[in-house]
Amino acid sequence: MSLTPTPGQTVGPFFGFALPYDGGGELVPHTRPDAIRLHGRVYDGAGDPVPDALVEVWQAAPDGSVPQEPGSLHRDGYTFTGWGRAATDRTGRYQFTTLRPGGASPYFALTVFARGLTDRLFTRAYLPGAAPAAWPGPAAQADDRGFVFDIRLQGEDETVFLTYAQD
Amino acid sequence: MTTPTPSDVASQADITAEIEAISKEYDAAGVVEDNVRLDYAPYRSSILRHPTKALHQVDPEGIELVAPVFGQRDVDPLEADLTIQHRGEPVGERMVVTGRVTDGEGRPIRHQLVEIWQANAGGRYIHQRDQHPAAIDPNFTGMGRCLTDADGSYEFTTIKPGPYPWRNHHNAWRPAHIHFSLFGTEFTQRLITQMYFPGDPLFALDPIYQSIVDPAARQRLVATYDHDVTRHEWATGYRWDIVLTGSHRTVFEEDEQ
Repeated sequence: MSLTPTPGQTVGPFFGFALPYDGGGELVPHTRPDAIRLHGRVYDGAGDPVPDALVEVWQAAPDGSVPQEPGSLHRDGYTFTGWGRAATDRTGRYQFTTLRPGGASPYFALTVFARGLTDRLFTRAYLPGAAPAAWPGPAAQADDRGFVFDIRLQGEDETVFLTYAQD
Repeated sequence: MTTPTPSDVASQADITAEIEAISKEYDAAGVVEDNVRLDYAPYRSSILRHPTKALHQVDPEGIELVAPVFGQRDVDPLEADLTIQHRGEPVGERMVVTGRVTDGEGRPIRHQLVEIWQANAGGRYIHQRDQHPAAIDPNFTGMGRCLTDADGSYEFTTIKPGPYPWRNHHNAWRPAHIHFSLFGTEFTQRLITQMYFPGDPLFALDPIYQSIVDPAARQRLVATYDHDVTRHEWATGYRWDIVLTGSHRTVFEEDEQ
């Protein structure tokens, strides 16, 4: 059986009271010694920040394992669920407090939503040096507490957005 | 009497003409597009916010083949009823919305998170940026969550949302809709979309609904009135099934929770 997927629609301008939640961007407490920060800004085709975007992260644990624990919506401060959600602020900035993903070619899998964006976009923020040779875009850059990864929805230096091959 | 269109914004006639031109072009091309278009200029906010390069095709790997897990710790069963979040009854038509979430092979998406949000019966969101001068309902927030059951079914009790004006063009109105956020069994299946109501007179005029250029694909966002869902002396009933993209997992890997 093969069913046609339901089409996407924009997240619109009014998700702010519904989708973001307390602790959404804090996959671990920032006081944890191994906590890192993944942050960046979302820009439109004119280079202006997008203050009404939503970014979700999904990642492996530091040992490369895939978290399969509930609790992302009500965090207990100890369980690493590997998933988080953060709205951009007035300057287009998103931020996650998380752990460094492990594995052979580690990356943060990111999903981007915004008013004006008709469907979600997927990308990978590879750790510095972790991207395969065929990856056509920049990796995340290291900073003093973690990694920076800007998302450009349109333009010359547009982010590499993904489509997944079907079987 | 209609108010005149200010000269610096498009009129509904301008937007409708753009929608119709794209539709004609689509019909002439004869290639079916099942999903929404990222580049759809009648929806003005999309102009600077759509990628212009082709999406980069990859084989999903590692964490992309798995979805985050949500469970009873995440969602209280009461969150599925948007009419009991305050002291009193919200204003408007109480309704039940139910349906099944499956993957492209028809397999149920079990025990997974569904989130909805919407305007109240008067077309007003609780969101502080909603400037529409319609009443805020102190008994209605308009946000709900649930987990699908073992059959992939979800169910919410809510109030039928009203249409509302927006600033895409002069006298622009959105058809009544409920926003849905869904997860599958894989990261790649993530979906945010909108559910509409049958026969809405605003469909032809709305550049967000029309950003899905294929008429049959658009129709997949329209719920069906279902009298078997309607509750005696309590609520009207609508049914809306959701299909996520095909799963990359093979059947034998599927765990029976």
